[in-house]
Amino acid sequence: MSTRTATPTGGPSMPPRRPGGMFGGGPGSLGMTLPPEKARDFSGSLRRMGARLRPERVVIAGVMVLGVISVVFAILGPKLLGTATNIIFDGVVGKQLPPGVTQEQAVQMLRASGNNLQADMLAAMHVVPGEGVDFTALAKVLTLVAALYLLSSLFSWAQNYLMAGVTQRTIYRLREEVDVKLGRLPLRYFDTHARGDLLSRVTNDIDNISTTLQQTLTQMITSVLTVIGVLAMMVWISPLLSLISLLTVPLSFAVTMLIARRSQRQFVAQWEWTGRLNGHVEEMYTGHDLVKVFGHQARAIEEFDVANEQMFQSSFKAQFISGIIQPAMMFIANLNYVAIAVIGGLRVATGAMSLGDVQAFIQYSRQFTMPITQIASITNLLQSGIASAERVFELLDEPEEEPDTEHPKELTAARGRITFERVSFRYEPDEPLIEDLNLEVAPGQSVAIVGPTGAGKTTLVNLLMRFYEIDSGRILLDGVDSQDLTRDDLRRTFGMVLQDTWLFGGTIRDNIAYGAQAPTDDEILAAARAAYVDHFVRTLPDSYDTVLTDDAANVSAGEQQLLTIARAFLADPAVLILDEATSSVDTRTEVLIQKAMNRLRVGRTSFVIAHRLSTVRHADIILVLDHGRIIERGTHPDLLAAGGFYHELYNSQFLEAPEGAL
Amino acid sequence: MRDLLTRFLQPYRKQLAIVVVLLLLQAIGNLYLPSLNADIINNGVVKGDAAYILRVGALMLVVTLLVGGCAVLGVYFSAQTAMALGRDVRGSLFRNVESFSLRELNQFGAPSLITRNTNDVQQVQMLLGLTMMISAPLMAVGGVFMAMREDVQLSALLLVIIPLMAAVVGLMVTRAVPLFRSMQRKIDRINGVLRENLSGIRVIRAFVRTDFEQRRFAEANADLTATALSVTRLFAIALPSLMLIMNLSTVAIVWFGGHLVDNGQMPIGNLTAFLSYIMLILTSVLMAVMMLIMVPRAAVSAERIQQVLDTQTAITDPAVPELAAGPARGVVEFRDVEFRYPGAEESVLSHVSFRLEPGQFTAVVGSTGSGKTTLINLIPRLYDVTGGAVLLDGRDLRAMPQAEVRGTIGFVPQRSMLFAGTVAANLRFGRADATDEQMWHALEVAQAREFVAEMPGGLEAPVDQGGANVSGGQRQRLAIARAIVRRPRVYVFDDSFSALDFATDARLRAALKSETHDATVVVVAQRVSSIMHADQIIVLDAGSVVGIGNHTDLMSECATYREIVFSQLSEDEVA
Repeated sequence: MSTRTATPTGGPSMPPRRPGGMFGGGPGSLGMTLPPEKARDFSGSLRRMGARLRPERVVIAGVMVLGVISVVFAILGPKLLGTATNIIFDGVVGKQLPPGVTQEQAVQMLRASGNNLQADMLAAMHVVPGEGVDFTALAKVLTLVAALYLLSSLFSWAQNYLMAGVTQRTIYRLREEVDVKLGRLPLRYFDTHARGDLLSRVTNDIDNISTTLQQTLTQMITSVLTVIGVLAMMVWISPLLSLISLLTVPLSFAVTMLIARRSQRQFVAQWEWTGRLNGHVEEMYTGHDLVKVFGHQARAIEEFDVANEQMFQSSFKAQFISGIIQPAMMFIANLNYVAIAVIGGLRVATGAMSLGDVQAFIQYSRQFTMPITQIASITNLLQSGIASAERVFELLDEPEEEPDTEHPKELTAARGRITFERVSFRYEPDEPLIEDLNLEVAPGQSVAIVGPTGAGKTTLVNLLMRFYEIDSGRILLDGVDSQDLTRDDLRRTFGMVLQDTWLFGGTIRDNIAYGAQAPTDDEILAAARAAYVDHFVRTLPDSYDTVLTDDAANVSAGEQQLLTIARAFLADPAVLILDEATSSVDTRTEVLIQKAMNRLRVGRTSFVIAHRLSTVRHADIILVLDHGRIIERGTHPDLLAAGGFYHELYNSQFLEAPEGAL
Repeated sequence: MRDLLTRFLQPYRKQLAIVVVLLLLQAIGNLYLPSLNADIINNGVVKGDAAYILRVGALMLVVTLLVGGCAVLGVYFSAQTAMALGRDVRGSLFRNVESFSLRELNQFGAPSLITRNTNDVQQVQMLLGLTMMISAPLMAVGGVFMAMREDVQLSALLLVIIPLMAAVVGLMVTRAVPLFRSMQRKIDRINGVLRENLSGIRVIRAFVRTDFEQRRFAEANADLTATALSVTRLFAIALPSLMLIMNLSTVAIVWFGGHLVDNGQMPIGNLTAFLSYIMLILTSVLMAVMMLIMVPRAAVSAERIQQVLDTQTAITDPAVPELAAGPARGVVEFRDVEFRYPGAEESVLSHVSFRLEPGQFTAVVGSTGSGKTTLINLIPRLYDVTGGAVLLDGRDLRAMPQAEVRGTIGFVPQRSMLFAGTVAANLRFGRADATDEQMWHALEVAQAREFVAEMPGGLEAPVDQGGANVSGGQRQRLAIARAIVRRPRVYVFDDSFSALDFATDARLRAALKSETHDATVVVVAQRVSSIMHADQIIVLDAGSVVGIGNHTDLMSECATYREIVFSQLSEDEVA
């Protein structure tokens, strides 16, 4: 759902961004895939991934068995078809010979007339001279072949079907685990890791693992088996031809590697220029008003043309070079085909091989190359998949939040007295922040926090809510150490209305109801009325059932704020944390927000990050922060009299230049 | 899609023709090889003529080489054509969009335009780059032709096999595509939930709703898994059934072919060739059908591209511009201006009239939806008025060249945006020939000198895309400096001080005062305290001017103004 602030507030310093800046934060953000990455510990991550499949091991075993059978049947096919062809060939030759003669005699006759080659060939066949094709035998063989193919397909289907279930279940469990893990990570993790990267791990990387699992497991087994089986058959038929065919493997490999290496350079260049071009387009279109107002169009087009041309050059070369692989493979396959046709033909003519065998061999060599290329692409996919798995495992290995104390104290009817006792805290060990803070806030009092934009103000929020743990000292809620309470109990006593109005893609009713566990409709309406938002909701076509859309087109920023206040009303907390910053809110709604906030604060202790002077002036305690340190505290009159930072801040509101200020 | 392709492929007619010819030769060559093999068997093997076998073998080798050569050249030209087309389309798109006014841009929305300029072009380009688009059908047709040449009777089998194949693939595709789309939606949904959870982690934990969120996620997860399972199971059947069809076809051919051979109607070598043809035909049909899936997607993309190319901007330079009467002074006048979005029921602005003089500081206030930003956008002619006129130094904006209008104006929009590059590059956006001295001066006025001096490289310090490596307040100040360095006659600030704290805001205003003291300044403001001392305050309410004057006058005469002021300041602060 929409949030209004872009930068995370209230946290330690962020690590440097990944190269690629904003739009590199999510691969596929523009629908383009990144080049595959490599895992750092391939075998380790592979083993871990394998361990995740353990619950499915029975099914996987079954799948493997099915796969083996399927492959075996498929491999036998061409050989048997070759036998069928031989039967036909026998018939063809037989018809040409005079009947009544035995095969032996026919051979001798041929030798006598000097046709030695034909004699050799005939000697190796099973011919009944005078007879045509033995269709009974043919029918038998063909039926067997058909049955084998049918069964093979059946088993292959069953294999894929079962594997689909395995994959999906495993991924389902992985997603589940990751989501639960996210709920247990300390807030510090979220503040210190780029959101784009985290999101990528949880979405893109898991998707990648899913694709990998689906395709590699079954295909790996079948491809490897097919290669072995086909090779075995080929060798059985003819070791010589097999040798020739085998030569194609290293040849293909070498050619592919060579081409891939050269094209890789071009692909990297293409990827870079694509990034630059798209970045330029994104900037110019998003900032179109600026481009127009500053008359920048011509320059924008110039810069575009440069990048566009470069992208053309590199992508053209990349496409061409990588596109050569297919013709090259086809060339090698054709060479292989020619060799088999010629040499096989010669050997059939000399009777060293049967025609059917040659035919079978041709089929086998076609069956040979496909699984090899499949294995190559699978290894690539596997690399990328395991790299993704590694990134997900990294996330799962992160240390979790400290569990709640073992014997938590109960909190009955919180009244809202907050005490800071010698509290010290810092995000980074060498950057002091809050040192030895003592503060006593009575129930119902309001504390105004003022200061320039910076991490300081939200730090107090972080500590009160135990989003971060203090380094030393205690924070007491009604005299009870907040660390002696469960986090949930503690947080239920607080209500937050922040500057970034987080609402989710549900109905307005659901969003307000978020504040309590199972509120009644009456309670929800009461909260909406208290927040002055009821009237507005009723002007919407679906009233409380309106679904809040992603880009918040139907609810303005000010109205969103009112909804979050209604949410806080419903939660009915003893202590409030409010952020008054409201940018781009129209004045009418601004008034409502103020009224709503003031009403909310009645009878509740409140910590207000103040932006309105009236709030500050009437606060019971004012804390002045600068760079995260509390530099002044007191009431308004006290601080004015002190003549320090607060004094200057207050007076700069009404700076009067000699002839009238801007 | 046809229009788009015909228009952009025009300059590449020759290359396309070459590609087609090359692919045709390649197909013929590939189809000729099995035929030569048949020849070897029929006339070499059966007749025991070893020399013949070798001769034909050599011929096959030559054909193989030729096919290889054609294939490589084919890839070259098709890659070139496809990539060139992509480049040309991208260029045309960009040029057209750059000519758009804000109105046309908002018609599509920047994100959509970006996608059209990147992804959609990619789709079309990809389709074109597939030489298979041409070669697969060629092979299929050629294969059928050759098969029929071998034996017409046996080819009758094809009448059964090919439609069966196409039907299975087609069925699978039509079931798979909607499932894929559904799966994509569910993936988007689950990713959306995760994104929400990450961005709202504080709120979720504060309201103790982690369980609720986890349940939401589990639901989306289960939903997605169910759909993904359906899709993968659908595909599980696909390949095996296709293989089965191919294999059973082979069996059928051997059976029927056997009869034909026995009857002497077909030489045995041709049987082997026939088997090869079948394989070629079926694989080609498979690829052709697969590619048919890609065509609709590319067509959709092409449509989206065409839409943008067909849009012409309404804001153009006049054919005969009106010449300036004297030197530029910076007098801006709105005369009975009306602005209404096309097709809208109500006007955003109506009967707006006022005058801005040089040396004067004017503030525009009003609630959101009162038309402030629209009003401001009319000054540099980002939009054209639908009624009345906006004049600059007495001339209607529409009678002036746009470049002249904008050259007079320094604009700082609400959303302060910087571009990737350096600080200097961004400042030069405002003025291409700005010297270092001028830039430092502008930065100083904008209260940005200090932090820029601290950045590594100073003026040459890097700026990330969107200005992500500087804070919101710093971004605003740099945007202001960009306008200042232009030294325009008219300054327009649209709520440009919102991210600044009170102290910086005040200092900035003081510095701006002296910098702009003989320029026309107009400011849209939310903070009443910053504009109370303006020379002229224009109060807008629902698109109409309800008050013009200074603070004191308006306080006594304009109810809307009073309401706005009191919403922000207490009684005594106003005095």
